[in-house]
Amino acid sequence: MSRAALLVLADGRFPAGGHAHSGGAEEAVGAGRIRDAADLGAFCRGRLHTAGLVAAALAAAAADGTDPLALDEAADARTPSPALRTAARRLGRQLMRAARAAWPDPALDALAAARPRGAHQPVVLGLAARAAGLTPLDAAHAAAYESVSGPATATVRLLSLDPFDATAVLARLAPELDQVAARAAEAARRCAAEGPGALPAASAPLLETGAEAHAARPVRLFAS
Amino acid sequence: MHLDHDTPFQPHHTHSADPHRPDGTRRALRIGLGGPVGSGKTATVAALCRALRDSYALAVVTNDIYTREDAEFLLREAVLPPERITAVETGACPHTAIRDDISANLEAVEDLEESVGPLDLVLVESGGDNLTATFSKGLADAQIFVIDVAGGDDIPRKGGPGVTTADLLVVNKTDLAVHVGSDLARMAADAKEQRGELPVILQSLRSGEGVGPVAAWVREQLTAWRATA
Repeated sequence: MSRAALLVLADGRFPAGGHAHSGGAEEAVGAGRIRDAADLGAFCRGRLHTAGLVAAALAAAAADGTDPLALDEAADARTPSPALRTAARRLGRQLMRAARAAWPDPALDALAAARPRGAHQPVVLGLAARAAGLTPLDAAHAAAYESVSGPATATVRLLSLDPFDATAVLARLAPELDQVAARAAEAARRCAAEGPGALPAASAPLLETGAEAHAARPVRLFAS
Repeated sequence: MHLDHDTPFQPHHTHSADPHRPDGTRRALRIGLGGPVGSGKTATVAALCRALRDSYALAVVTNDIYTREDAEFLLREAVLPPERITAVETGACPHTAIRDDISANLEAVEDLEESVGPLDLVLVESGGDNLTATFSKGLADAQIFVIDVAGGDDIPRKGGPGVTTADLLVVNKTDLAVHVGSDLARMAADAKEQRGELPVILQSLRSGEGVGPVAAWVREQLTAWRATA
């Protein structure tokens, strides 16, 4: 396995469309739930242990070789908000394009053919990690990190937050990121034996309802 | 499959600007329009649509910064049927969406070709940005950079990637030059200095030939694109 491939995959500049999404941060800023770096830290912690954990487990299971179409259904079942399902599929489609260019692989081609409008992004992420020769734990790390790095960079733009403070928020979360990734990889192992029902289904209601409110706004900077 | 160190990079149809669609047919020519806020990109796109829509199958992708304003302007002006206009959201970074991470724009272009195609031409309008914002070759086959006389007649002299390297530089709103004290001759000379043989068109959409010269340039690009099919 290549450790450097994980850096390529998890790079915030990996051209997979993420820059246009705030991970719910724009709605939280608008509602006054994120006003400073401390709020951002709390928001990211909540997202990491809910949506982040679920995404990490889906990615790890895909990297472990679980049927991606079954995981795609499992992702749908774990995403109540239609707006979030749409965003996840759009991001999955965009990631698919970049992943197929970076790590050409028949498994990616097959999923792209089966889901031309896009599979859920964490599933594509896991499959991309597998194509890059990475482990399920690596895929979980990438998904967990993305679940907090997106909101952090978006908040820098939305609030003109000091970028050093936002980066410090991410650095403080690193130990918890490791724990979430480990839990996700463990769930992926159980998933191989017991099926996708073994994957976590943690939910953050404010992220779900916020995404619906955000999607209805006529004026916004981010797509989600 | 893993990439070997000696595998040569081979572009293929799963991404970027391959001139053919997955089914082997030649895709639409993509022309990007970039430039600072308020220079007249959307008005130029609207005028181009009116000038070209009877001769070519057209569609437009807009990259609004935080609203659907540009897409809605084009819809209101009814320059094209609504299904031929798509808005892409850019997360506060219009230049990222046309240069560093073009995935959302590529998707919009491909979806348009799929839903209303086959198309001859897709115009991709950038959100208003700064003088360094240029289109990736993975997204646009040619690009037009639109500046205007009211933004300051020193812009051509300042240069920057948009002014220097765009396939066509349009200096817009020439009818305002006399009112804002801009020296058109100086702008043209500075642009020539920066761009060498690359073309520059001075345009006023409110007088004279309007969008005619720019439309003629677009027709030339289309003819060349078809000749290499």
